[in-house]
Amino acid sequence: MTAVAADERVASGGALGRVLKRPEVGALVAAIAVFVFFAVATDTFATASGASTWLRSASTIGIMAVAVALLMIGGEFDLSAGAMTGFTGLAVGVMTTQWGLNIWAAMLVSLVLALAVGFLNGLLVMRTGLPSFIVTLGTFFVLQGIDLAAVKAIIGQVAIQGMANVPFYSQPHAVFGSAATVAGGRIYASVFWWILVTAVATWVLLKTRVGNWIFAVGGAQTSARQVGVPVARTKIGLFMTSAGAGWLVGMLLLFTTSTVQSNTGVGQEFIYIICAVVGGCLLTGGYGSAVGAALGALIYGMTNQGIVYAGWDNNWLKAFLGVMLLGAVLLNEAVRRRAERSR
Amino acid sequence: MSALIEVDGIGKRYGNIIALADVSTSVHPGEVTCVLGDNGAGKSTFIKILSGAHAHSDGRLVVDGEERHFSSPREALNLGIATVYQDLAVVPLMPVWRNFFLGSEPTKRFGRLDTGLMKKTTKSELAAMGIDLRDVDQPIGTLSGGERQCVAIARAVYFGARVLILDEPTAALGVKQSGVVLRYIARARDRGLGVVFITHNPHHAYPVGDRFMLLRRGRSMGDHPKSEITLPELTALMAGGAELEALSHELAAELGQDSAVAQELSSEVSELKTK
Repeated sequence: MTAVAADERVASGGALGRVLKRPEVGALVAAIAVFVFFAVATDTFATASGASTWLRSASTIGIMAVAVALLMIGGEFDLSAGAMTGFTGLAVGVMTTQWGLNIWAAMLVSLVLALAVGFLNGLLVMRTGLPSFIVTLGTFFVLQGIDLAAVKAIIGQVAIQGMANVPFYSQPHAVFGSAATVAGGRIYASVFWWILVTAVATWVLLKTRVGNWIFAVGGAQTSARQVGVPVARTKIGLFMTSAGAGWLVGMLLLFTTSTVQSNTGVGQEFIYIICAVVGGCLLTGGYGSAVGAALGALIYGMTNQGIVYAGWDNNWLKAFLGVMLLGAVLLNEAVRRRAERSR
Repeated sequence: MSALIEVDGIGKRYGNIIALADVSTSVHPGEVTCVLGDNGAGKSTFIKILSGAHAHSDGRLVVDGEERHFSSPREALNLGIATVYQDLAVVPLMPVWRNFFLGSEPTKRFGRLDTGLMKKTTKSELAAMGIDLRDVDQPIGTLSGGERQCVAIARAVYFGARVLILDEPTAALGVKQSGVVLRYIARARDRGLGVVFITHNPHHAYPVGDRFMLLRRGRSMGDHPKSEITLPELTALMAGGAELEALSHELAAELGQDSAVAQELSSEVSELKTK
């Protein structure tokens, strides 16, 4: 990147100020606080094996939260994202264990199905002008119904069995389900995928034209259209991205545990949105970050396991998430006002 | 110098409603053509014809000596006719430099944004318009109304506009900010652009204008070069001298002959009559 000549009126202390203006600052501070709290309050939390557990829990949520964050920056919601993770995993399970399809081919078909649903979500939202909240709520229920009814009709139960016996299972298992041992703790493939997805999403958002368009369609759709941004293409692409991420997480779940259930992912869609908001995304669109959403998921994962290690009732997690969400929304408003205010 | 745009007896009908009739004026490079009129006078219909949003139904629209009939804003844009609308088409939360290039971003290999070029160009193009930003990284929403207007103008100029249509750029601004925008209009004119400046304020139009076209109730009240008209005449034409006189009598009757407002108005009327 070429350096831009510094203006003498911008104080050199601006570097810190610039960092503080980033949307993910609040999430970073909260993540550190949560980590320190559980590291002090429990014995296992800060050990390698403890970290392995909460990282894994954060990773699949994190991948979805990042994709959902992109969509939210683009000004839309995807409530079908949670059910999508179950749908894609079940699709591969049924096609391989019941119909004997080659495992890679089944994964490809599953991906195509996911992208088609994402495309449909986007097309419906753009064509009808209805809120994406309603359109994807519909898709969510359709997918949930298929996950339960169709799977039960085909395999007679609500969980995939015998996945590990499918020919060539070890190949995709190595890519999506294996684990590496680092400093005595097991780091699952999903954690690496999470980091990769966050890095790519950050790059796209901040360093490409498409990223510019995502911020623009979420921030001021009419203005974006007036200057020639392909609004419909950008938004449909975002819906397809979140569906594609649903497929990735579906594969990670399937090949890590070698089974998926009909209710996998249901109820998670709001967790993704909470993580994105905790990470600095505005509910109104046009502002947010992928790193922030990943940090939001990290907070979720750490709290989820930290509560278990501390021996508390796990149901406190929900209450904690609610408090985090409200706190984050208030903080985001303050940060946004400060960002908008001229220095 | 030959005209960039020649408008000859142009009109627009929507069904049986005549929105605009028999309007003639011209836009020359390095000149500001002011279109004046009160609310509902037909200014926005006139802009829509020039910017290609609506096609005209009567008369001739000549661009660079060739008669045109625009069917889309893209056609007008391709001929270098750019319109800066009142909402400015900016995204408030995005940095100035991202807004400047929105929709036409320059990229390097692998589709990477040429961030350095974008920031440098934004800064220098704004400087050329006389606006000196501390930091092009600040969200455009933090700029004042006048500065935002200027960014929109600079953007149109940078992307090849030869004719700039400004839709009421000073309408929502205070006195000082209006002055800032008028300076940018003069700056754009000095860079050789033809400017169409739409306003309802003769005091804003007169200092920068070279030609004044007045609209009232969808009709042209005349098209005057600056040499043929003075500011008081322009104001009188705008307000309608007779209407102003009637108002002065009305006020005098209501508030008494000696009230300050009535006296001021009647002196203004007599001043107009002597000219």
